[in-house]
Amino acid sequence: MSEPVLQVRDFTVEFWVDGVWYPAAIKMNFDVHAGKTLAIVGESGSGKSTTAMGIMNLLASNARTSGSVKVKGQEMLGASKSVLRKARGKEVAYIFQEPMTALNPVYTIGFQIVETLRTHFDMGPNQARERAIELISMVEIPDPERSFDKYPHQLSGGQRQRAMIAQSLACDPGLLIADEPTTALDVTIQAEILDLMRGLRTKLNSAILLITHDMGVVADMADEILVMKDGNTVEHGTSDQIFNRPQHPYSKELLAAVPKLGSSAKRSLDPKAREQMPVMKMENVTIAYPKRGRVPEFVAVRDFNLEIFPGEIVGLVGESGSGKTTVGRAAIGLLPIKSGKLEIMGNDISHASWKELFPIRRHTGIVFQDPASSLNPRLPIGESIGEPILLAGLAKGDELNRKVEDLLEQVELPRSYRNRFPHELSGGQRQRVGIARALALTPDLLIADEPTSALDVSVQARFLDLLLDLQDKLKFACLFISHDLAVVDILAHRIAVMQNGLLVEEGDRDDILKRAKHEYTRKLIAAVPVPDPEEQRKRREARLASK
Amino acid sequence: MARNRKEVEIVNEANENAIANKETEGLSQGQIVFRRFIRHRAAMISVIFLFSLIAIVYTSLDWRLGNKEKPFVIPGWWKYHFEDMPELRYADCPGGTVGCPTIDAVPFFDGDGMSLGEHPFGQDDIGRDYLSLVMRGAQRSILVMFIIGIIAATLGTVIGAISGYFRGWVDGVLMRLVDFIITVPVIIIGSVIGFHYGNKGAAFLALLLGIFSWTGLSRLVRGEFLTLREREFVDAARVAGAGNRRIIFKHILPNAVGVIIVSVTLLMSGAILTETALSYLGFGVVAPDVSLGLLISTYQDAFTTRPWLFWYPGLFIIAIALCINFIGDGLRDAFDPRQRRRLSRKDKANARKLESRAEVA
Repeated sequence: MSEPVLQVRDFTVEFWVDGVWYPAAIKMNFDVHAGKTLAIVGESGSGKSTTAMGIMNLLASNARTSGSVKVKGQEMLGASKSVLRKARGKEVAYIFQEPMTALNPVYTIGFQIVETLRTHFDMGPNQARERAIELISMVEIPDPERSFDKYPHQLSGGQRQRAMIAQSLACDPGLLIADEPTTALDVTIQAEILDLMRGLRTKLNSAILLITHDMGVVADMADEILVMKDGNTVEHGTSDQIFNRPQHPYSKELLAAVPKLGSSAKRSLDPKAREQMPVMKMENVTIAYPKRGRVPEFVAVRDFNLEIFPGEIVGLVGESGSGKTTVGRAAIGLLPIKSGKLEIMGNDISHASWKELFPIRRHTGIVFQDPASSLNPRLPIGESIGEPILLAGLAKGDELNRKVEDLLEQVELPRSYRNRFPHELSGGQRQRVGIARALALTPDLLIADEPTSALDVSVQARFLDLLLDLQDKLKFACLFISHDLAVVDILAHRIAVMQNGLLVEEGDRDDILKRAKHEYTRKLIAAVPVPDPEEQRKRREARLASK
Repeated sequence: MARNRKEVEIVNEANENAIANKETEGLSQGQIVFRRFIRHRAAMISVIFLFSLIAIVYTSLDWRLGNKEKPFVIPGWWKYHFEDMPELRYADCPGGTVGCPTIDAVPFFDGDGMSLGEHPFGQDDIGRDYLSLVMRGAQRSILVMFIIGIIAATLGTVIGAISGYFRGWVDGVLMRLVDFIITVPVIIIGSVIGFHYGNKGAAFLALLLGIFSWTGLSRLVRGEFLTLREREFVDAARVAGAGNRRIIFKHILPNAVGVIIVSVTLLMSGAILTETALSYLGFGVVAPDVSLGLLISTYQDAFTTRPWLFWYPGLFIIAIALCINFIGDGLRDAFDPRQRRRLSRKDKANARKLESRAEVA
């Protein structure tokens, strides 16, 4: 076998945290060969990104590294700054998670690619421009000549990620480090980007170090897999070994936590439920963001119809920008509707004022997408949870404290957490607090706006179990908004699919997942990555054939 | 190799324990900020220095309360009052000047050790004790500083919060008002106020100045509110049934407190300079009352012959303004969550020690 592009031996990264060295990655050993992909898998905080950044010495100043990292035989740890700078971009290129923040918003993407080229090669501006356009067309951004002069905000999320990839490919790097390259993207775009990366790997024969928590992506890309937990290498093997014969219990746990489409049992709903008065009813609802200055009015949702019956979970699925969050916010009166009719518990709130909405608030709750932003960082979580109860005038003082503690217990958090602040909790715990707050007034309707999109798979699995348990106990109706069909599949009785502000299809879960009528729904289902390399290969071929 | 692994495990275990302990401790935001502030050396020294300065300045002179003829006196530690007129000293001054300072701050080398003497900071033209004048001036200046700071902080925060939160026409009206005030230089507003109301005392002057110096702060607070009001926790509070007042004061304001504190400290050190500038121009505090700026402007001609009349009030102005600025700097660092402490040499040595101990174990 040829010499590996990247050879890592006994690689340890430690961080200085409040007086002690805290290890983030311990004694890592792995090789990446040309034309192959190694995936590092693990939960957030397991040290996978730290490892990737440590390879090129991009860590914060409170970190120290030991061991050996060789790129094409050259030692990188302790190398001088000029050696590192030459290697960065030329030998090793990075693709970051968030293309909007990794691209400089004040320069055109063409300029940024040209800059990379001219830093590393002796190249004239015209020659660099030609090469840049070649790269842009290689990553399949439409109309490369004109896209060259576009700014990052003029491109869609997927195109931005393509531009990032074009930039990192500028110098034909031997090693491409992709840190969660598709986490910020929709499933359909994710599939395209993965196809692109796979194509480039065979075309350029580079090695890829892929860092992700999504087992579906791993199944799609990886030749070898390295599972990390708390900085330690838990298991290391070929893709086939890890997926089909995992040895370590943690690898098994990680695989089991991935929601699989169509594998969960059918969730039955009391047939009488649909005869009762719907908890929420939307009739020809149109929601628009009013025009602001020169920005014209934007219609986010058009002629939307949806009913949710007591005790029913309805999944609302669509890509980002399809208007699903807008529907969720309008349903609890956070956004006004432009036309149509919106009823909550039989009360028409289509054009209700703040005061008229007040009694409605008692029947509704919402869990927001981002647990980091939806809890007030300056309030102890007990106060956040107790606020709805306090403001509804139901309890005060000791009684309120007791209720808050009961709620914490309900979402399986210790009672003592009442006095903690949001920054002291993990993402999963914060989202539990979000649920506790939403359920504080035992609402009849719960809106869950992508509550798991910021969570790791294993945390997500526990969170979904909890939500199902609570729903069984409290029998609230729920509008579950998600871009992940596999998640919706676990929870929902009924699924509604949205595209560009329109309701595309709506029906019982099995009807949608197995007998989807609309082409868009079928496309969505086909794009969901499955944690099974065989299955992924089949789907890939089917996707290519259909093109 | 096996031994090696064991050592690593021991070190890891120690680290994990330390981290676990830190987690259960549960610090509130305020405590965290306080701890960071305590660690900021320059700011802590400034706090101690400023408080002792204030204590010394306000206890120095007699407080003469009640009517002028038979006042009720709370005695201070200094023998003269700023209205007293002791005899002007002519003897042993350099270059034939009068009322030179008697303070002797050089220990031993000149043979007689340290002493204060009769008039440590010297005397003015008519023989008034200059130490008592400087103390009185510092009292006025500090008073002006705090009054301006408090009024501007309250007005700026409330007006900024309201216009940032409600936006729309409320924002439009309030911000045009701010624009209007900003276009007129503070020094001109101050001159006009001083000219008309200077005789009503330093506190009244400070009050009026405060009414015109909140504009910068309100702009900053408004900006902060514009971003914070879009955060999801505000929506969450609204869904919970919170009204506007509760959202503004309970939910958003505590998150903007970093910006407010920092800009108020800057404003306060600015206020002391504004007062000085106004008094220097003759529009601030007027005689017979004194302020530091007034002292400097009165004796500006004496700079070449009797420089001490310039030194001491100037020294106090610099000391107070610097203290406030350093405290503001420390607060800014303490409130910024991104601020990370650099590894000091001591920390690294400690870490090495910890490791070697773990290895021995």
